[in-house]
Amino acid sequence: MQEINLIEAVRQAMYEEMDRDQSVFILGEDIGVRGGVFLATDGFLEVFGAKRVIDTPISESAIAGVALGAAMRGMRPIAEIEFADFIWPVFNQILGEAARLRYGTEGKLQAPLVLRAPYGGGIRGGLYHSQSPEAYFAHTPGLKVVAPATPFDAKGLLKTAIRDDDPVIFLEHKKTYRLVKGNIPEEEYTVPIGKADVKLQGTDITLITYGLMLHHCVEAARSLKKGNVDVEVIDLRTLRPIDQDTVIGSVMKTGKALIVHEDTLALGIGAEISAILAENVFDSLDAPIRRLAGPEVPAMPFSPTLESQFMITTSDIIEALKELSEY
Amino acid sequence: MYTTMVKSRLLDQRVWQLNRQGRAALVASSQGHEALQVASVYALRKGEDLFYTYYRDLAVMVALGVTPREIILGYMAKSGEPMSGSRQFPTQGAIPDLGLVNLSNVVATQLPQAVGAALACVQQQSDAVVAVYFGDGASSTGDCHEAMNFASVHKLPVLFICENNGYAISVPLEKQMAVKNVSVRAVSYNMPGFTIDGTNVSEVFKVVSAAAKRARKGEGPTLIEGIVERYLPHTGDDDDKRYRSEDELAKAKEKDPVQILKQRLKREDILTDAIDLEIHDLVKASIDDATEYGESAPYPDPEGFYDHVYS
Repeated sequence: MQEINLIEAVRQAMYEEMDRDQSVFILGEDIGVRGGVFLATDGFLEVFGAKRVIDTPISESAIAGVALGAAMRGMRPIAEIEFADFIWPVFNQILGEAARLRYGTEGKLQAPLVLRAPYGGGIRGGLYHSQSPEAYFAHTPGLKVVAPATPFDAKGLLKTAIRDDDPVIFLEHKKTYRLVKGNIPEEEYTVPIGKADVKLQGTDITLITYGLMLHHCVEAARSLKKGNVDVEVIDLRTLRPIDQDTVIGSVMKTGKALIVHEDTLALGIGAEISAILAENVFDSLDAPIRRLAGPEVPAMPFSPTLESQFMITTSDIIEALKELSEY
Repeated sequence: MYTTMVKSRLLDQRVWQLNRQGRAALVASSQGHEALQVASVYALRKGEDLFYTYYRDLAVMVALGVTPREIILGYMAKSGEPMSGSRQFPTQGAIPDLGLVNLSNVVATQLPQAVGAALACVQQQSDAVVAVYFGDGASSTGDCHEAMNFASVHKLPVLFICENNGYAISVPLEKQMAVKNVSVRAVSYNMPGFTIDGTNVSEVFKVVSAAAKRARKGEGPTLIEGIVERYLPHTGDDDDKRYRSEDELAKAKEKDPVQILKQRLKREDILTDAIDLEIHDLVKASIDDATEYGESAPYPDPEGFYDHVYS
C-alpha cells in the first residue's frame, strides 16, 4: 500500500496506461513542458515524447475534435481541458459529435476517448475557475460521466475510462487534488464505471453524493452517529450511468434520502436521483426527498465571504440530516 | 472520371426528382461541384487515404465506389443503407473500409475531426493523408480556424478542400467574408493556399496530387479552394428564387463541369457521341435499377432503435 493524494492517483493512472498501451496519448494546454497546471502530467514529455504528449493551442473545440478524430482511427486519446470552466466550446464536438458517433454510424465507428477536466470550487476560483459542469454532460446518452472523490477511485476509474470504448467525461474536483489522501495498492487494479460505493453503512437515512461533498457527508454522518442516527453514505462515483440499484436498495432500507451536491440545484444530478427514488421507492419513503445543492446564482463568486455563501458545509449537511431524522 | 461524374450527376438529378415526388424526404445537391469532388478522389488512394466529407459530397461517395443502390437506399431512408442504416440523413455516417466519414450536419465539425484522424495516421506511422471537404460557409466558423491552426502547427497530412460555391444557403460570399478568397487565409497558418477552377478536373487533379505528395512527406497541410457553382437550392426545402436571379443561374450553368469535361474529351477525340450515349444508358440503367431496389427495400426495423448507444 502507498498513501497518495488524488492528483498523484490521476498521474499514475495515465502513466501506467500510456506505458501499457501505445494507442493511449494525451493532449491539452500546458501538459508538456509545464507538466499540466496541476502537474497531472509531470515528467510525461520526457518519458513518452512529443508525439504522445501534445501541447495544444488554446483551442478547446479542436482539443475535443482532434481527440475524436484520432479516436475514430483507433487511438485512445486523453484530452485535458485545463479548467472545467473552459469546457463549453467542446459541447459541439462532444455532445453533438462524440456522443452520436456510434449511434450515427450504426456501430461502425466508436470514440474511445477520455475528456478530463478539473472542476469545482471552494478554492477562491471565482466565476471562471469554480464551476461544476457535470449535469450538462450527464444529460447526454452516448456519454459516460465519472466524478471520483478518492485517490483509490480516481486511479481505478481513470484506468477503466481509458480502456472504455465510449467517450468518458472524467471530472476531478480541484479541491480534492492535494487535500484528499488515501491508500492505494501497489498492484494493478481498476474500478468499474457505473457502480456506486457505499462509504458508510446505515439504517436511518441515505445520504447520496459525489466529489468533494463526499468528504463533508462522511464527516456529517459520523457526527450524527454520536446522536444515534445511523446514516448510510453513498458515493455515486459515476453520474452517467447512475447506479440505480444501489441508490434504490439503500432508500428502500432507510426510507429517507438526502442528496448533496456542490453544483446548483435545478435540473442537477439531485433532481435525477429524486425522480429515480420517487418513481421506484415511493411506498418506502418516510419523509420527503431532500436536496442540498449549490445556490441558484450563475457561478461561484470570488470574495471569501461570497464564496463561502455558495459552498455547502458539513454543518449544513448535519442540519439537514437532523431535520430528516426528526421528520 | 467522366463516367463517374455522369453517374453522380444523373444520380443527383434522380434523387432530386424523387424528392419532388415525395419519395425522398431530403436532398442536398452536389450538381456543379462534381469535378472538384471526383478529381480530388482520383488524385488520392482509395482504401488508404481518408475522406471527411459534408452533406454536399455525393460525387465523392460515387468516386469512392459507393453504388447507386446504396445511395438511393439512403435517400429513401431504407434498411441496408451502408453509412448509418438510415439513422442519418442521406449520405451521412461512415464506411470505414472506404475511409469515408460524414458524421454531422453541424457545419465545420468535420474539420477538427479530420485533423485528429491525420494525427492518428502520423502516430500509427501510416502515410495516409486526410482530405476534408467543406463549403465556403464553413470557413467562417471557429472550428475551421482551430483545425487549420492545429494541423499546421503539428504539420499534419491534411488537405483542406473548400468547395466555394459563393453561397452559405442564401448568404452570399461578400457577406460571409471581407476577403475575396478563402485561400488567402492559408498565409496566417503558414501553409500553402490555392484558389483553383473547381470545374476543371486537370487542375484539381494536379493541385491535389501535389498537396498529397507534400503531406505524405511530412511537410504539412494545404488549403485548396475550388471555385464551383451550386445549380440547385441549398436543399429540397430551400427556395433560391428569393436570393438568386435567373440570369445569375443561367451564367453559372455555363460552368457545368460535366459539360466542360465532355466537350474537352470530344475535342481530344477520346469521347464520341456514341460512347457518351452508351455511358448515359448504362448509368441510367443502374440508377433505374437502384430506384426500384430502393422502392422495394423495407424501412429499418425499429427493433434495433436502442442498438449502438454504448459499446
